Amino acid sequence: MSFLPYALAAWICCVGLYGIVTSRNLVHLALCLTVTQSSTYVLLLAIGYVQGGGPPIFKGVKLGTTAVDPVVQALVLTDIVVSVTVLALILALALDVHKEAGTVDPDAIAEMSG
Amino acid sequence: MSRRVRLAVFVPALGVFAALLVWGLVGLPDFGHYVGPYGYLLDRVAVPERHVTNVVTAVVFDYRGFDTLGEEFILFTAVVGVVLLLRGDEPEAPELNDSIGSDLVRVGGVLAVGAALLVGLWLVAFGYLTPGGGFQGGVVVAAAALLVFLVSSYRDWEGIGSEHVLDPLEAVGAGGFVVIGLAALVSGLPFLTNLLGPGTTGTLRSGGSVAFLNWATALEVSAALLVLFSEFLEEYVVPLAAESS
Repeated sequence: MSFLPYALAAWICCVGLYGIVTSRNLVHLALCLTVTQSSTYVLLLAIGYVQGGGPPIFKGVKLGTTAVDPVVQALVLTDIVVSVTVLALILALALDVHKEAGTVDPDAIAEMSG
Repeated sequence: MSRRVRLAVFVPALGVFAALLVWGLVGLPDFGHYVGPYGYLLDRVAVPERHVTNVVTAVVFDYRGFDTLGEEFILFTAVVGVVLLLRGDEPEAPELNDSIGSDLVRVGGVLAVGAALLVGLWLVAFGYLTPGGGFQGGVVVAAAALLVFLVSSYRDWEGIGSEHVLDPLEAVGAGGFVVIGLAALVSGLPFLTNLLGPGTTGTLRSGGSVAFLNWATALEVSAALLVLFSEFLEEYVVPLAAESS
């Protein structure tokens, strides 16, 4: 079962993409983008996992104890921050679209603009 | 493009993409058999070198501090973007009478605000010793402030969510990170070099610059999130609530 976390990451990525393409609502679309992005969290953490390893925190834990990779965890932290800020920006754009077009259905907006 | 055509194009493309993805992922080392070397190396050297017991925080604010500077400014830029889009020439926000009547909710809410604020500050303060850090703690602090809106009223929230307070705080947080980095340049070292000596392992006086970068980030993150909350509340939630009341 050593492949399972990677398969999960691939599955989350594809499900998110499917949601983006079939979305009928810009808010839903933005959340699907977040789902797609969260596949990278699973992938990064899976890559850095060490069998039997503890967290890379050595307060009260002897130095040299097996621990997982701290670098990928720091990358996931960056990833989450970027994801949240981009989500905020997209939602603000969706609000603007709603103000201008009166709808958040991407298809209806595309029809309106010709 | 109709939905049917779009799906007809997308589904085969997704199949090809998924196949490529799985093919690539199969080539990775087995789950649980991380090959390194950087993770293993940092787990060994971070504590002796920087006296920081949370190695993730040491990576974020020291070994990859420059990367975090970029991340701070992604956050900063996105917030500026949201403000530019939403903060408009709206008429004065309508008077909203949304005070919570239930005493139980108000008292419980005040306790929850206090508890959440304390947890947030604790996550920041000890972020380089135990699990936590400026980003995580900053988010919890911002959530504590948002709780005020939920358990009290929009008017009480406005006191915290004022742009005149938050905008400068966010700038100080983002700018503080740069200033700490520049301090190293002034002393003739490369940008963002850890100054001040490593201190005593396992105490708050450890990690040198890590502690200061941690607090600057906490300030930046909590102010940024509060700016976002207040913009969305002011431009969307309050007008909608006023309309329906």
